[in-house]
Amino acid sequence: MSKKQNDPLERVQSELKKCVKCGACRAHCPAFATFQREPATARGKVALAQHVARGDMPLDDGTYAAMSKCLLCGSCVEKCPNQVPTDEIVIAAREALAQRRGLTTFHKAVGQVIKNRKLMKMGALASAILGPLFFRKVPATSGLRLRFPIPFLGGTRHIPEIARHPFMTRHPEVIEGEPGKPRIVFFVGCMTNFVYTGIGEATLALFKHLGCTVIIPHDQQCCGLPGMSGGDLETVRELAERNLAAMERHQADYVMTACATCGGALHKLYPLVIGKRNPELKARLQALADKTMDATVLLQKLGLDPSVTGEGESLKITYHDPCHHRTAGITKQPRTMLKATPGIEIAEMEGADRCCGLGGTFNVYHYESSLDINASKTAAIQATGADCVVTGCPGCIMQLSDGLKQKGDKTKVLHTVELLARKLGR
Amino acid sequence: MLEKRILDELKEIVGAGNFATGAQELVCYGYDATQMEFLPDCVVHPADPEEVSRILKLANKEGFPVFPRGAGSGFTGGALPKGGGVVLVTTRMNRILRIDTDNLVAEVEPGVVTEAFQMAVEKLGLFYPPDPASLKFSTVGGNVAECAGGPRAVKYGVTKDFVMGLEVVLPTGEIIRTGGETVKGVVGYDLTKLLCGSEGTLGVITKIIFKLLPYPASKKTMLTIFDSIDGAARAVSTIIKGKIIPTTLEFMDHATLTCVERRFNLGIPEEGRAVLLIEVDGDPDLIEKQANQIHDLIKPLGLVQFRVAKDAAESEELWRVRRLVSPSLRDVNPDKFNEDIVVPRSKVPDVIRKIEQIQTRYEIPIVNFGHAGDGNIHVNIMIDKSVPGQLEKAHEAIKEVFQAALDLGGTMSGEHGVGLAKQPFIPMELSADQVAAMKAIKRALDPKNILNPGKMLPLD
Repeated sequence: MSKKQNDPLERVQSELKKCVKCGACRAHCPAFATFQREPATARGKVALAQHVARGDMPLDDGTYAAMSKCLLCGSCVEKCPNQVPTDEIVIAAREALAQRRGLTTFHKAVGQVIKNRKLMKMGALASAILGPLFFRKVPATSGLRLRFPIPFLGGTRHIPEIARHPFMTRHPEVIEGEPGKPRIVFFVGCMTNFVYTGIGEATLALFKHLGCTVIIPHDQQCCGLPGMSGGDLETVRELAERNLAAMERHQADYVMTACATCGGALHKLYPLVIGKRNPELKARLQALADKTMDATVLLQKLGLDPSVTGEGESLKITYHDPCHHRTAGITKQPRTMLKATPGIEIAEMEGADRCCGLGGTFNVYHYESSLDINASKTAAIQATGADCVVTGCPGCIMQLSDGLKQKGDKTKVLHTVELLARKLGR
Repeated sequence: MLEKRILDELKEIVGAGNFATGAQELVCYGYDATQMEFLPDCVVHPADPEEVSRILKLANKEGFPVFPRGAGSGFTGGALPKGGGVVLVTTRMNRILRIDTDNLVAEVEPGVVTEAFQMAVEKLGLFYPPDPASLKFSTVGGNVAECAGGPRAVKYGVTKDFVMGLEVVLPTGEIIRTGGETVKGVVGYDLTKLLCGSEGTLGVITKIIFKLLPYPASKKTMLTIFDSIDGAARAVSTIIKGKIIPTTLEFMDHATLTCVERRFNLGIPEEGRAVLLIEVDGDPDLIEKQANQIHDLIKPLGLVQFRVAKDAAESEELWRVRRLVSPSLRDVNPDKFNEDIVVPRSKVPDVIRKIEQIQTRYEIPIVNFGHAGDGNIHVNIMIDKSVPGQLEKAHEAIKEVFQAALDLGGTMSGEHGVGLAKQPFIPMELSADQVAAMKAIKRALDPKNILNPGKMLPLD
């Protein structure tokens, strides 16, 4: 393979040309909204990627910093008059930077951890992703801190508890359901496995309720998104192949995940980015993508009827659209399911479709800005007077909870499946 | 390159966080929607008129160029730092200072985004009509400097019709006020109007006093489809002649419709050759009557379809046709020259016919749409720059399009300005004496030629 073909920016060459610098992204980019400087806009990042591709932009901290100011939320792509895929361009640019400059210590650490099952079992993944949170619990003198020199260990961030027993260790690989009912592979995802295990339990309960066979391949890995956001495509490639093998081992009608981010990886990024230069792998990844469905969407498709619960507790909720749902067109289904549930009233917040500010590892490098983005979200939630916030992504749940707690607000943040399972008494 | 001593002084004026010389910042403040690119020496983000004044005084003392910039969404290169120098970004000055509901005026800083300003006044039942297509991201400062227009200009006029007064930092650094907030006022020259559309060559706008209107009680949107381009074009003048001034009268030709239909399948009938999107606003009884009148007036002109939106959602659906134009055009050819000629309204059919002839002669696709109600047509010359000879052909075709507009008593630009893009064509429209008078003004206000030099009418 020639050097040119190996250049990740070569992969997006024709996309780079599509941007006409009209500036429409200034209205939609949450990173620009907080930084207020042109390099943070989508067209700014595209311009920089064009210069990097041409070889006349230094690969220094400035370029790295500019490329890090993207949440990969996809808002700009949706609103762009020319549909420039800035998210793909940023991923390619980060990969190019990583190739030419080496990964940052933090992203190297992320790569090491998400590839290593033993470390993962120790909950080290969570500590890597949630670094700043985790390390507040670790004494300042601990050598662990030196191994993960994360920029800001201070702050007042609220840390979710790391589960004592990860979700996957509690269940066998195959939980047989009724004969003739769909067989479903459950892609659990790290946040559900290590932190919000309740989401895993609720998902499992709902599919068991429908009589489905649920398969939890114990050799499944992290989806790789934390590596993607740092430009460590090699790690993501490795994980994608391992996950593919783990899923292909089982005969199943669907692959299901309750994490919007993992869904985005399986559905879009695996075939699009990882499969780009290998047609055989691409075909297999595409087959996996075609089978992959979000838990809520699949529950609806399989006919889960939340109305059978009768009048229960009445609850006023507001719904936040995770970016990876919005870009996949999953905005109506969760609302339909929730509306059909007796006792639940939805009070829509302003800007329900705006990013919560987590953005992969964005919040590790730009915690202040990610909180800034989150502040308007928190205000929008509070303005609805809802009893609880519901969403479809554990990452968003962490960020939304943090934002609310920062304001001393005790409003609960739940996953759609958790609320549905509770209503169905599961 | 600016000397370090000057850079240090600029940094001291605005503060380290609002000063940049990094390669990334320089690239990102060197482009706009023209896709031309120039590298400045540094970028500054002043906080107030005093900082702007100090920067301009320093520029006069040291003799370096300063390029004012808002959102950088212009179509003619007005904000581009050609030749290098200092880009002065106004977006930190972004407060809405007051909205006076007694006198229907508002005072705002230049960095406020147009849509944010509109939303703020609409909350109080007031209306700021200018609606350039870029309103979600362009700034009011840029709108005033370029005298932006928009679809609603048919009834309400353009940006300058809503500017009552300004606070401006002159190129030599003095901070002055122009105009005021009274409806009438004739003391001295009208510097306010002079600065509207001056493209950042005569001063840096630091405050704007806008006139506001009461928000219209209701509106009605109609999508009308004609079997000929001529029918649609004649409908424009027929409606105006019928003593009805709609809020908007947007026109789309057959090439535009084909692009939109191919991509989005909106169900535009086969025999449709041109579309007019018409909106009227005002008292509900009045607009009901106007809608009926419009229907009667245009029916004999080859009307194929007349759709009236029943509610806001249907209105949005009809507007979607217009909004989808821009993203669809790329299907014709990858590169476009977006010109914005204007002719007297009654001459719209003539100019469309002339453009069709130009298109046939040069064998390059020209897609026409825009604000026909005020005679402003967006002429999009679609080419593929990578095909040898196409760029030259496009330039020739553009020249002929401009000439066609001028021959009919029009102008080559209604709302995009001159900047760098239209400079070569200036002598076609302005006489040597006109240009001399304009340059005399520039020379008097900016003797050292430091503010946005090389734009609009470059001094020799």
